[in-house]
Amino acid sequence: MAEPILGLSGVSKRFGALVVSDDVSLTVAPGELHALIGPNGAGKTTLIHQIAGSLASDAGRIGFCGRDITALPMHERARLGLARSFQITSVVPGFSALENVALAVQARSGSSFRFFGNAAREAALNAQALEALETVALAARADVPAGLLSHGEKRALELAIALAMRPKLLLLDEPMAGTGREESLKLVALLASLKGRYAILLVEHDMHAVFSLADRISVLIYGRIVASGAPDAVRADPTVRAAYLGEEAA
Amino acid sequence: MSADIAQAVRTPLRRPLDPRALAVPLVVFAALALLPAAAAFGATSYVLSLGARVMIFAIAAISLDLILGYGAMVSFGHAAYLGIGAYAAGILMAEGVDDALLGAGAAIAASGLFALVTGYVSIRTKGVAFIMITLAFGQMAYFVANSLSEYGGSDGLTMASRSTLLGLKLLKNDLTFYYVVLACLAGSYLLCRAVVAARFGRALRAIRENPVRMAAVGYDVERIRLVAYVIAGMIAGLSGFLLANQTEFVSPAYMAWQRSGELIVMVILGGMGSLVGAILGAVAFLMLEETLSHLMEHWKVVFGPLLVLVVLFVRGGLTGLLAGGKRHG
Repeated sequence: MAEPILGLSGVSKRFGALVVSDDVSLTVAPGELHALIGPNGAGKTTLIHQIAGSLASDAGRIGFCGRDITALPMHERARLGLARSFQITSVVPGFSALENVALAVQARSGSSFRFFGNAAREAALNAQALEALETVALAARADVPAGLLSHGEKRALELAIALAMRPKLLLLDEPMAGTGREESLKLVALLASLKGRYAILLVEHDMHAVFSLADRISVLIYGRIVASGAPDAVRADPTVRAAYLGEEAA
Repeated sequence: MSADIAQAVRTPLRRPLDPRALAVPLVVFAALALLPAAAAFGATSYVLSLGARVMIFAIAAISLDLILGYGAMVSFGHAAYLGIGAYAAGILMAEGVDDALLGAGAAIAASGLFALVTGYVSIRTKGVAFIMITLAFGQMAYFVANSLSEYGGSDGLTMASRSTLLGLKLLKNDLTFYYVVLACLAGSYLLCRAVVAARFGRALRAIRENPVRMAAVGYDVERIRLVAYVIAGMIAGLSGFLLANQTEFVSPAYMAWQRSGELIVMVILGGMGSLVGAILGAVAFLMLEETLSHLMEHWKVVFGPLLVLVVLFVRGGLTGLLAGGKRHG
Protein backbone atom coordinates (compact mmCIF):
# COMPACT_ATOMS: atom_id res chain seq x y z
CA MET A 1 0.00 0.00 0.00
CA ALA A 2 1.17 3.51 -0.74
CA GLU A 3 2.45 5.68 2.10
CA PRO A 4 -0.71 6.83 3.91
CA ILE A 5 -1.68 10.50 3.92
CA LEU A 6 -2.83 10.27 7.51
CA GLY A 7 -1.67 7.74 10.06
CA LEU A 8 -2.78 7.53 13.68
CA SER A 9 -1.05 5.12 16.02
CA GLY A 10 -2.07 4.58 19.60
CA VAL A 11 -3.84 7.94 19.85
CA SER A 12 -5.57 8.45 23.20
CA LYS A 13 -7.48 11.16 25.00
CA ARG A 14 -9.05 11.14 28.40
CA PHE A 15 -11.18 13.69 30.21
CA GLY A 16 -10.63 12.87 33.85
CA ALA A 17 -11.57 9.22 34.33
CA LEU A 18 -13.40 9.07 31.03
CA VAL A 19 -11.36 7.60 28.19
CA VAL A 20 -12.69 9.20 25.03
CA SER A 21 -10.12 7.99 22.54
CA ASP A 22 -8.61 4.66 23.50
CA ASP A 23 -5.48 3.64 21.65
CA VAL A 24 -6.85 4.49 18.22
CA SER A 25 -4.86 3.54 15.15
CA LEU A 26 -6.06 4.16 11.64
CA THR A 27 -4.78 5.28 8.25
CA VAL A 28 -6.14 7.10 5.26
CA ALA A 29 -4.44 6.24 1.97
CA PRO A 30 -4.10 8.69 -0.95
CA GLY A 31 -7.43 9.03 -2.73
CA GLU A 32 -9.17 6.84 -0.19
CA LEU A 33 -12.50 7.66 1.41
CA HIS A 34 -12.32 6.26 4.90
CA ALA A 35 -15.52 6.53 6.88
CA LEU A 36 -15.61 6.58 10.65
CA ILE A 37 -18.89 5.52 12.17
CA GLY A 38 -20.10 4.78 15.66
CA PRO A 39 -23.00 5.51 18.00
CA ASN A 40 -23.44 8.91 19.64
CA GLY A 41 -20.81 9.52 22.26
CA ALA A 42 -18.37 7.05 20.72
CA GLY A 43 -15.74 9.78 20.50
CA LYS A 44 -15.78 10.47 16.77
CA THR A 45 -15.75 14.24 17.06
CA THR A 46 -13.08 14.13 19.76
CA LEU A 47 -10.92 12.15 17.39
CA ILE A 48 -11.53 14.71 14.63
CA HIS A 49 -10.49 17.47 17.07
CA GLN A 50 -7.30 15.56 17.88
CA ILE A 51 -6.47 15.09 14.20
CA ALA A 52 -7.24 18.73 13.35
CA GLY A 53 -5.26 19.96 16.34
CA SER A 54 -8.00 21.69 18.34
CA LEU A 55 -7.49 19.12 21.10
CA ALA A 56 -4.11 17.82 22.23
CA SER A 57 -3.70 14.06 22.48
CA ASP A 58 -2.56 12.43 25.73
CA ALA A 59 -0.67 9.68 23.96
CA GLY A 60 0.07 8.35 20.52
CA ARG A 61 1.36 9.78 17.30
CA ILE A 62 -0.37 11.48 14.40
CA GLY A 63 1.50 11.38 11.09
CA PHE A 64 0.49 13.47 8.11
CA CYS A 65 2.20 13.21 4.71
CA GLY A 66 5.26 11.69 6.29
CA ARG A 67 5.51 14.27 9.09
CA ASP A 68 4.82 13.92 12.76
CA ILE A 69 2.15 16.55 13.43
CA THR A 70 1.22 15.42 16.94
CA ALA A 71 2.57 18.61 18.52
CA LEU A 72 1.62 21.12 15.81
CA PRO A 73 -1.08 23.71 16.46
CA MET A 74 -4.23 23.69 14.36
CA HIS A 75 -3.24 26.49 11.98
CA GLU A 76 0.05 24.81 11.08
CA ARG A 77 -1.70 21.53 10.36
CA ALA A 78 -4.12 23.46 8.14
CA ARG A 79 -1.22 24.98 6.24
CA LEU A 80 0.19 21.53 5.60
CA GLY A 81 -3.05 20.67 3.81
CA LEU A 82 -5.33 19.30 6.49
CA ALA A 83 -8.77 20.79 5.86
CA ARG A 84 -11.73 20.17 8.11
CA SER A 85 -15.40 20.87 8.14
CA PHE A 86 -17.13 21.28 11.47
CA GLN A 87 -19.93 19.24 12.92
CA ILE A 88 -21.65 22.47 13.85
CA THR A 89 -21.49 24.77 10.85
CA SER A 90 -18.68 27.26 11.19
CA VAL A 91 -18.41 30.12 8.74
CA VAL A 92 -17.67 33.83 9.10
CA PRO A 93 -21.27 35.08 9.14
CA GLY A 94 -20.69 38.74 8.25
CA PHE A 95 -18.52 37.95 5.24
CA SER A 96 -19.91 37.03 1.83
CA ALA A 97 -19.67 33.40 0.69
CA LEU A 98 -16.97 34.49 -1.75
CA GLU A 99 -14.93 36.21 0.97
CA ASN A 100 -15.24 33.19 3.24
CA VAL A 101 -13.56 31.13 0.56
CA ALA A 102 -11.15 33.89 -0.48
CA LEU A 103 -9.91 33.95 3.13
CA ALA A 104 -8.96 30.30 2.78
CA VAL A 105 -7.13 31.04 -0.47
CA GLN A 106 -5.40 34.00 1.19
CA ALA A 107 -4.23 31.82 4.06
CA ARG A 108 -2.22 29.59 1.76
CA SER A 109 -1.09 32.07 -0.91
CA GLY A 110 1.42 34.63 0.21
CA SER A 111 1.57 36.49 3.46
CA SER A 112 -1.42 37.79 5.36
CA PHE A 113 0.83 40.42 6.90
CA ARG A 114 0.13 42.84 4.07
CA PHE A 115 -1.12 46.16 5.29
CA PHE A 116 -1.92 47.91 2.02
CA GLY A 117 -4.01 47.05 -1.01
CA ASN A 118 -7.67 46.10 -0.83
CA ALA A 119 -7.86 42.36 -0.21
CA ALA A 120 -11.47 42.13 -1.39
CA ARG A 121 -10.35 43.23 -4.85
CA GLU A 122 -7.48 40.80 -5.28
CA ALA A 123 -8.48 39.13 -8.52
CA ALA A 124 -6.28 36.07 -7.98
CA LEU A 125 -7.87 35.31 -4.62
CA ASN A 126 -11.39 35.88 -5.88
CA ALA A 127 -10.93 33.78 -9.01
CA GLN A 128 -9.77 30.74 -7.02
CA ALA A 129 -12.51 31.29 -4.48
CA LEU A 130 -15.11 31.42 -7.21
CA GLU A 131 -13.78 28.21 -8.68
CA ALA A 132 -14.27 26.43 -5.36
CA LEU A 133 -17.78 27.86 -5.07
CA GLU A 134 -18.56 26.57 -8.56
CA THR A 135 -17.44 23.09 -7.54
CA VAL A 136 -20.04 23.04 -4.77
CA ALA A 137 -22.66 24.77 -6.97
CA LEU A 138 -22.74 27.87 -4.82
CA ALA A 139 -21.32 30.42 -7.27
CA ALA A 140 -24.69 32.07 -7.77
CA ARG A 141 -24.76 32.88 -4.05
CA ALA A 142 -21.21 34.24 -3.92
CA ASP A 143 -22.26 37.70 -2.79
CA VAL A 144 -24.64 36.64 -0.06
CA PRO A 145 -23.39 37.08 3.52
CA ALA A 146 -22.61 33.60 4.80
CA GLY A 147 -24.85 34.14 7.82
CA LEU A 148 -27.86 34.46 5.52
CA LEU A 149 -27.27 31.24 3.59
CA SER A 150 -29.55 28.25 4.20
CA HIS A 151 -28.22 25.45 6.37
CA GLY A 152 -27.50 23.24 3.38
CA GLU A 153 -25.76 26.10 1.60
CA LYS A 154 -23.58 26.69 4.64
CA ARG A 155 -22.57 23.02 4.62
CA ALA A 156 -21.66 23.38 0.95
CA LEU A 157 -19.76 26.59 1.74
CA GLU A 158 -17.73 24.74 4.35
CA LEU A 159 -16.76 22.23 1.70
CA ALA A 160 -15.79 25.05 -0.67
CA ILE A 161 -13.62 26.57 2.06
CA ALA A 162 -11.95 23.22 2.59
CA LEU A 163 -11.39 22.71 -1.15
CA ALA A 164 -9.94 26.21 -1.52
CA MET A 165 -7.20 25.19 0.90
CA ARG A 166 -5.95 22.73 -1.77
CA PRO A 167 -6.03 20.07 0.91
CA LYS A 168 -4.21 16.78 0.99
CA LEU A 169 -6.81 15.44 3.39
CA LEU A 170 -10.43 16.39 3.92
CA LEU A 171 -11.60 15.84 7.47
CA LEU A 172 -15.37 15.96 7.29
CA ASP A 173 -17.33 15.85 10.54
CA GLU A 174 -20.92 14.96 9.71
CA PRO A 175 -21.21 17.12 6.60
CA MET A 176 -24.80 15.99 6.14
CA ALA A 177 -25.92 16.77 9.69
CA GLY A 178 -29.15 18.73 9.84
CA THR A 179 -29.67 18.97 6.09
CA GLY A 180 -32.94 18.10 4.38
CA ARG A 181 -33.34 15.05 2.22
CA GLU A 182 -32.79 16.87 -1.05
CA GLU A 183 -29.79 18.79 0.20
CA SER A 184 -28.23 15.68 1.64
CA LEU A 185 -28.64 13.87 -1.70
CA LYS A 186 -26.83 16.77 -3.35
CA LEU A 187 -24.04 16.58 -0.79
CA VAL A 188 -23.67 12.83 -1.31
CA ALA A 189 -23.36 13.42 -5.06
CA LEU A 190 -20.81 16.13 -4.38
CA LEU A 191 -18.77 13.88 -2.09
CA ALA A 192 -18.93 11.12 -4.70
CA SER A 193 -17.46 13.55 -7.23
CA LEU A 194 -14.65 14.48 -4.83
CA LYS A 195 -13.89 10.86 -4.03
CA GLY A 196 -10.62 9.65 -5.47
CA ARG A 197 -9.31 13.21 -5.93
CA TYR A 198 -8.74 13.75 -2.24
CA ALA A 199 -8.00 11.56 0.71
CA ILE A 200 -11.09 11.88 2.88
CA LEU A 201 -11.85 10.91 6.46
CA LEU A 202 -15.60 11.09 6.81
CA VAL A 203 -17.61 10.98 10.01
CA GLU A 204 -21.26 10.50 9.19
CA HIS A 205 -24.47 9.15 10.66
CA ASP A 206 -26.25 8.67 7.36
CA MET A 207 -25.56 4.96 6.81
CA HIS A 208 -26.77 4.94 3.22
CA ALA A 209 -24.29 7.69 2.41
CA VAL A 210 -21.48 5.94 4.28
CA PHE A 211 -21.99 2.53 2.70
CA SER A 212 -22.34 3.95 -0.79
CA LEU A 213 -19.31 6.26 -0.55
CA ALA A 214 -16.70 4.63 1.63
CA ASP A 215 -13.77 2.52 0.47
CA ARG A 216 -13.13 1.51 4.03
CA ILE A 217 -15.11 1.85 7.22
CA SER A 218 -13.90 1.90 10.78
CA VAL A 219 -16.30 1.50 13.66
CA LEU A 220 -15.64 3.41 16.85
CA ILE A 221 -17.36 2.34 20.06
CA TYR A 222 -16.47 3.80 23.46
CA GLY A 223 -13.36 5.34 21.95
CA ARG A 224 -12.04 2.05 20.54
CA ILE A 225 -11.97 0.90 16.96
CA VAL A 226 -13.82 -2.42 17.09
CA ALA A 227 -13.85 -3.16 13.38
CA SER A 228 -12.21 -1.82 10.28
CA GLY A 229 -12.40 -2.95 6.68
CA ALA A 230 -14.32 -2.88 3.42
CA PRO A 231 -18.01 -1.89 3.72
CA ASP A 232 -19.28 -5.41 3.10
CA ALA A 233 -16.94 -6.92 5.68
CA VAL A 234 -17.96 -4.33 8.27
CA ARG A 235 -21.62 -4.83 7.48
CA ALA A 236 -21.22 -8.56 8.08
CA ASP A 237 -19.13 -8.20 11.23
CA PRO A 238 -21.14 -9.74 14.11
CA THR A 239 -19.79 -7.40 16.83
CA VAL A 240 -20.68 -4.38 14.76
CA ARG A 241 -24.14 -5.71 14.02
CA ALA A 242 -24.75 -6.46 17.65
CA ALA A 243 -23.38 -3.23 19.02
CA TYR A 244 -24.37 -0.73 16.51
CA LEU A 245 -25.93 -1.26 13.11
CA GLY A 246 -28.99 -3.06 14.36
CA GLU A 247 -32.01 -3.26 12.12
CA GLU A 248 -30.93 -0.66 9.62
CA ALA A 249 -28.21 -2.71 7.95
CA ALA A 250 -29.89 -6.04 8.29
CA MET B 1 -23.42 30.51 -17.67
CA SER B 2 -20.16 30.41 -15.83
CA ALA B 3 -19.13 33.71 -17.40
CA ASP B 4 -22.41 35.28 -16.29
CA ILE B 5 -21.79 34.18 -12.77
CA ALA B 6 -18.25 35.43 -12.87
CA GLN B 7 -19.56 38.77 -14.07
CA ALA B 8 -22.22 38.89 -11.41
CA VAL B 9 -19.63 38.21 -8.78
CA ARG B 10 -17.15 40.76 -9.98
CA THR B 11 -19.58 43.63 -10.42
CA PRO B 12 -20.32 44.24 -6.75
CA LEU B 13 -16.64 44.21 -5.96
CA ARG B 14 -16.16 47.19 -8.24
CA ARG B 15 -19.13 48.97 -6.74
CA PRO B 16 -18.02 52.41 -5.57
CA LEU B 17 -18.02 53.03 -1.87
CA ASP B 18 -21.27 54.02 -0.28
CA PRO B 19 -21.22 57.83 -0.74
CA ARG B 20 -22.47 58.34 2.79
CA ALA B 21 -19.63 56.24 4.12
CA LEU B 22 -17.23 58.57 2.35
CA ALA B 23 -19.14 61.76 3.18
CA VAL B 24 -18.79 61.52 6.95
CA PRO B 25 -14.97 61.42 7.03
CA LEU B 26 -14.73 64.11 4.35
CA VAL B 27 -16.97 66.45 6.29
CA VAL B 28 -15.15 65.72 9.54
CA PHE B 29 -11.71 66.44 8.11
CA ALA B 30 -12.91 69.51 6.19
CA ALA B 31 -14.41 70.90 9.40
CA LEU B 32 -11.19 70.25 11.31
CA ALA B 33 -9.13 71.90 8.56
CA LEU B 34 -11.34 74.99 8.50
CA LEU B 35 -11.72 75.36 12.26
CA PRO B 36 -8.72 77.72 12.70
CA ALA B 37 -10.11 80.05 10.02
CA ALA B 38 -13.48 80.15 11.75
CA ALA B 39 -11.80 80.75 15.09
CA ALA B 40 -9.67 83.61 13.75
CA PHE B 41 -12.31 86.12 14.78
CA GLY B 42 -12.79 84.98 18.31
CA ALA B 43 -10.93 83.17 21.03
CA THR B 44 -8.32 81.80 18.65
CA SER B 45 -5.84 80.34 21.07
CA TYR B 46 -8.57 78.68 23.15
CA VAL B 47 -10.14 77.07 20.09
CA LEU B 48 -6.80 75.98 18.65
CA SER B 49 -5.75 74.44 21.91
CA LEU B 50 -9.06 72.64 22.46
CA GLY B 51 -9.10 71.52 18.83
CA ALA B 52 -5.59 70.09 19.03
CA ARG B 53 -6.45 68.32 22.28
CA VAL B 54 -9.54 66.78 20.73
CA MET B 55 -7.56 65.57 17.71
CA ILE B 56 -4.82 64.10 19.90
CA PHE B 57 -7.39 62.01 21.75
CA ALA B 58 -9.00 61.16 18.43
CA ILE B 59 -5.71 59.60 17.31
CA ALA B 60 -5.61 57.48 20.46
CA ALA B 61 -9.28 56.54 20.00
CA ILE B 62 -8.70 55.51 16.37
CA SER B 63 -5.88 53.24 17.45
CA LEU B 64 -8.12 51.69 20.09
CA ASP B 65 -10.87 51.21 17.51
CA LEU B 66 -8.44 49.21 15.39
CA ILE B 67 -8.20 46.53 18.08
CA LEU B 68 -11.57 47.04 19.80
CA GLY B 69 -13.78 47.57 16.77
CA TYR B 70 -12.00 45.35 14.27
CA GLY B 71 -10.32 42.85 16.55
CA ALA B 72 -12.84 42.57 19.43
CA MET B 73 -9.98 43.14 21.88
CA VAL B 74 -11.32 45.26 24.72
CA SER B 75 -8.11 46.82 25.98
CA PHE B 76 -8.65 48.55 29.30
CA GLY B 77 -5.07 49.75 29.41
CA HIS B 78 -4.82 51.81 26.28
CA ALA B 79 -3.99 55.02 28.14
CA ALA B 80 -0.65 53.44 29.03
CA TYR B 81 0.50 54.08 25.46
CA LEU B 82 -0.60 57.68 25.69
CA GLY B 83 1.55 57.97 28.79
CA ILE B 84 4.52 56.08 27.40
CA GLY B 85 4.53 58.31 24.32
CA ALA B 86 4.30 61.38 26.52
CA TYR B 87 7.11 60.22 28.83
CA ALA B 88 9.30 59.40 25.82
CA ALA B 89 8.89 63.02 24.71
CA GLY B 90 9.37 64.44 28.20
CA ILE B 91 12.37 62.34 29.17
CA LEU B 92 14.17 62.96 25.87
CA MET B 93 13.56 66.68 26.32
CA ALA B 94 14.87 66.56 29.88
CA GLU B 95 17.98 64.85 28.57
CA GLY B 96 18.50 67.58 25.99
CA VAL B 97 17.11 65.87 22.88
CA ASP B 98 14.42 68.17 21.59
CA ASP B 99 14.04 67.10 17.99
CA ALA B 100 10.41 66.24 17.21
CA LEU B 101 11.19 63.43 14.79
CA LEU B 102 13.48 61.73 17.28
CA GLY B 103 10.94 62.27 20.04
CA ALA B 104 8.05 60.91 18.01
CA GLY B 105 10.18 58.00 16.85
CA ALA B 106 11.14 57.16 20.43
CA ALA B 107 7.51 57.48 21.56
CA ILE B 108 6.34 55.11 18.84
CA ALA B 109 9.17 52.63 19.41
CA ALA B 110 8.72 52.55 23.20
CA SER B 111 4.96 52.09 22.88
CA GLY B 112 5.41 49.40 20.28
CA LEU B 113 7.81 47.52 22.52
CA PHE B 114 5.49 47.76 25.52
CA ALA B 115 2.61 46.55 23.33
CA LEU B 116 4.69 43.65 22.04
CA VAL B 117 5.67 42.43 25.49
CA THR B 118 2.34 42.96 27.26
CA GLY B 119 0.36 41.92 24.20
CA TYR B 120 2.27 38.65 23.94
CA VAL B 121 0.96 37.74 27.38
CA SER B 122 -2.51 39.35 27.18
CA ILE B 123 -3.56 37.96 23.82
CA ARG B 124 -3.54 34.43 25.17
CA THR B 125 -6.55 35.36 27.28
CA LYS B 126 -10.11 36.07 26.19
CA GLY B 127 -13.05 38.19 27.24
CA VAL B 128 -13.02 39.49 30.79
CA ALA B 129 -9.55 38.08 31.43
CA PHE B 130 -8.19 40.16 28.56
CA ILE B 131 -9.84 43.29 29.94
CA MET B 132 -8.37 42.61 33.39
CA ILE B 133 -4.88 41.81 32.21
CA THR B 134 -4.65 44.89 29.99
CA LEU B 135 -5.94 46.94 32.92
CA ALA B 136 -3.24 45.42 35.11
CA PHE B 137 -0.48 46.23 32.64
CA GLY B 138 -1.86 49.76 32.30
CA GLN B 139 -1.77 50.21 36.07
CA MET B 140 1.76 48.84 36.15
CA ALA B 141 2.85 51.53 33.71
CA TYR B 142 0.98 54.10 35.81
CA PHE B 143 2.81 53.15 39.01
CA VAL B 144 6.16 52.99 37.26
CA ALA B 145 5.59 56.54 36.03
CA ASN B 146 4.68 57.59 39.58
CA SER B 147 7.95 56.20 40.83
CA LEU B 148 10.15 57.98 38.29
CA SER B 149 11.42 60.43 40.89
CA GLU B 150 14.14 61.65 38.55
CA TYR B 151 11.43 62.75 36.14
CA GLY B 152 8.98 64.35 38.49
CA GLY B 153 7.45 61.24 40.06
CA SER B 154 3.80 61.71 40.88
CA ASP B 155 4.07 65.48 40.33
CA GLY B 156 4.80 64.99 36.66
CA LEU B 157 7.43 66.49 34.47
CA THR B 158 7.36 69.98 33.01
CA MET B 159 8.92 70.29 29.59
CA ALA B 160 11.21 73.22 28.87
CA SER B 161 9.43 73.86 25.59
CA ARG B 162 7.87 72.05 22.69
CA SER B 163 9.98 69.83 20.46
CA THR B 164 11.81 71.44 17.59
CA LEU B 165 11.48 70.47 13.96
CA LEU B 166 14.77 70.52 12.03
CA GLY B 167 16.15 72.77 14.74
CA LEU B 168 13.33 75.29 14.32
CA LYS B 169 10.75 76.10 16.97
CA LEU B 170 7.91 75.57 14.52
CA LEU B 171 5.66 73.72 16.96
CA LYS B 172 5.72 76.69 19.33
CA ASN B 173 3.20 78.35 17.04
CA ASP B 174 -0.28 77.12 18.00
CA LEU B 175 -1.58 77.28 14.45
CA THR B 176 1.34 75.23 13.08
CA PHE B 177 0.96 72.78 15.94
CA TYR B 178 -2.75 72.46 15.20
CA TYR B 179 -2.05 71.50 11.60
CA VAL B 180 0.75 69.12 12.55
CA VAL B 181 -1.70 67.32 14.82
CA LEU B 182 -4.31 67.34 12.06
CA ALA B 183 -1.77 65.81 9.67
CA CYS B 184 -0.98 63.08 12.26
CA LEU B 185 -4.71 62.44 12.68
CA ALA B 186 -5.27 62.20 8.93
CA GLY B 187 -2.22 59.94 8.60
CA SER B 188 -3.37 57.64 11.40
CA TYR B 189 -6.88 57.51 9.98
CA LEU B 190 -5.71 56.70 6.45
CA LEU B 191 -3.21 54.15 7.70
CA CYS B 192 -5.82 52.31 9.76
CA ARG B 193 -8.31 52.45 6.90
CA ALA B 194 -5.78 50.86 4.58
CA VAL B 195 -4.80 48.23 7.15
CA VAL B 196 -8.41 47.27 7.78
CA ALA B 197 -9.15 46.72 4.08
CA ALA B 198 -5.88 44.95 3.35
CA ARG B 199 -5.19 41.23 3.70
CA PHE B 200 -4.14 41.72 7.29
CA GLY B 201 -7.25 43.65 8.26
CA ARG B 202 -9.51 41.21 6.51
CA ALA B 203 -8.00 38.36 8.49
CA LEU B 204 -8.34 40.42 11.68
CA ARG B 205 -12.02 41.15 10.98
CA ALA B 206 -12.76 37.53 10.17
CA ILE B 207 -10.99 36.43 13.36
CA ARG B 208 -13.22 38.84 15.30
CA GLU B 209 -16.23 36.90 14.01
CA ASN B 210 -14.93 33.34 14.11
CA PRO B 211 -11.40 32.69 15.40
CA VAL B 212 -11.70 28.89 15.38
CA ARG B 213 -12.76 28.83 11.75
CA MET B 214 -9.84 31.08 10.85
CA ALA B 215 -7.34 28.89 12.67
CA ALA B 216 -8.80 25.91 10.83
CA VAL B 217 -8.02 27.44 7.45
CA GLY B 218 -4.47 28.22 8.52
CA TYR B 219 -4.35 31.60 10.24
CA ASP B 220 -2.11 32.11 13.24
CA VAL B 221 -4.84 33.89 15.19
CA GLU B 222 -2.70 35.01 18.11
CA ARG B 223 0.00 36.43 15.92
CA ILE B 224 -2.43 38.46 13.83
CA ARG B 225 -4.04 39.82 17.00
CA LEU B 226 -0.64 40.63 18.45
CA VAL B 227 0.47 42.57 15.37
CA ALA B 228 -2.77 44.58 15.44
CA TYR B 229 -2.21 45.23 19.14
CA VAL B 230 1.31 46.52 18.47
CA ILE B 231 0.18 48.78 15.61
CA ALA B 232 -2.52 50.24 17.87
CA GLY B 233 0.01 50.78 20.66
CA MET B 234 2.40 52.59 18.34
CA ILE B 235 -0.27 54.96 17.04
CA ALA B 236 -1.42 55.69 20.59
CA GLY B 237 2.23 56.37 21.46
CA LEU B 238 2.33 59.05 18.78
CA SER B 239 -0.73 60.69 20.31
CA GLY B 240 1.04 60.66 23.67
CA PHE B 241 4.01 62.43 22.16
CA LEU B 242 1.67 65.10 20.78
CA LEU B 243 -0.16 65.42 24.10
CA ALA B 244 3.09 66.05 25.95
CA ASN B 245 4.04 68.71 23.43
CA GLN B 246 0.69 70.40 23.57
CA THR B 247 0.57 70.73 27.33
CA GLU B 248 4.36 70.94 27.69
CA PHE B 249 3.80 68.73 30.68
CA VAL B 250 3.90 65.00 31.31
CA SER B 251 2.00 63.39 34.15
CA PRO B 252 1.34 59.86 35.38
CA ALA B 253 -2.34 60.85 35.25
CA TYR B 254 -2.21 60.37 31.48
CA MET B 255 -2.00 56.65 32.16
CA ALA B 256 -4.68 56.37 34.83
CA TRP B 257 -7.23 53.66 34.20
CA GLN B 258 -10.01 56.25 34.05
CA ARG B 259 -8.30 57.59 30.95
CA SER B 260 -8.38 54.11 29.37
CA GLY B 261 -12.08 53.97 30.16
CA GLU B 262 -12.63 57.34 28.53
CA LEU B 263 -10.96 56.11 25.36
CA ILE B 264 -13.30 53.10 25.28
CA VAL B 265 -16.25 55.44 25.79
CA MET B 266 -15.10 57.61 22.87
CA VAL B 267 -14.91 54.60 20.56
CA ILE B 268 -18.31 53.25 21.60
CA LEU B 269 -19.96 56.67 21.57
CA GLY B 270 -18.70 57.35 18.06
CA GLY B 271 -19.43 53.87 16.76
CA MET B 272 -17.07 50.91 16.94
CA GLY B 273 -15.39 49.59 13.84
CA SER B 274 -15.71 52.66 11.66
CA LEU B 275 -12.51 54.61 12.53
CA VAL B 276 -14.22 57.93 11.77
CA GLY B 277 -16.51 57.13 14.67
CA ALA B 278 -13.52 57.27 16.98
CA ILE B 279 -12.88 60.85 15.83
CA LEU B 280 -16.52 61.80 16.33
CA GLY B 281 -16.50 60.10 19.71
CA ALA B 282 -13.44 62.05 20.82
CA VAL B 283 -14.99 65.32 19.62
CA ALA B 284 -18.31 64.62 21.31
CA PHE B 285 -16.76 63.39 24.56
CA LEU B 286 -14.32 66.25 25.02
CA MET B 287 -16.78 68.94 23.91
CA LEU B 288 -19.42 67.62 26.30
CA GLU B 289 -16.86 67.46 29.07
CA GLU B 290 -15.78 71.02 28.27
CA THR B 291 -19.27 72.51 28.19
CA LEU B 292 -20.89 70.47 30.96
CA SER B 293 -18.00 70.94 33.34
CA HIS B 294 -18.32 74.73 32.88
CA LEU B 295 -22.02 74.54 33.65
CA MET B 296 -21.95 72.35 36.73
CA GLU B 297 -19.66 70.63 39.09
CA HIS B 298 -21.16 67.16 38.86
CA TRP B 299 -21.33 67.13 35.09
CA LYS B 300 -20.91 63.39 34.92
CA VAL B 301 -24.42 63.02 36.36
CA VAL B 302 -25.68 64.35 33.03
CA PHE B 303 -22.99 62.84 30.90
CA GLY B 304 -23.49 59.27 32.10
CA PRO B 305 -27.18 59.01 31.21
CA LEU B 306 -26.49 60.71 27.85
CA LEU B 307 -23.98 58.00 27.07
CA VAL B 308 -26.39 55.27 28.08
CA LEU B 309 -29.03 56.73 25.76
CA VAL B 310 -26.65 56.77 22.80
CA VAL B 311 -25.56 53.19 23.41
CA LEU B 312 -29.15 52.00 23.84
CA PHE B 313 -30.85 53.82 21.01
CA VAL B 314 -28.28 54.63 18.35
CA ARG B 315 -27.03 51.55 16.57
CA GLY B 316 -23.47 52.13 15.49
CA GLY B 317 -23.02 55.22 17.68
CA LEU B 318 -22.75 58.73 16.26
CA THR B 319 -21.43 57.40 12.94
CA GLY B 320 -24.50 55.20 12.67
CA LEU B 321 -26.65 58.27 13.31
CA LEU B 322 -24.93 60.31 10.61
CA ALA B 323 -24.78 57.54 8.04
CA GLY B 324 -28.47 56.72 8.41
CA GLY B 325 -28.19 53.87 10.85
CA LYS B 326 -25.96 51.89 8.53
CA ARG B 327 -22.96 50.19 10.01
CA HIS B 328 -19.67 49.90 8.22
CA GLY B 329 -16.74 47.68 8.72
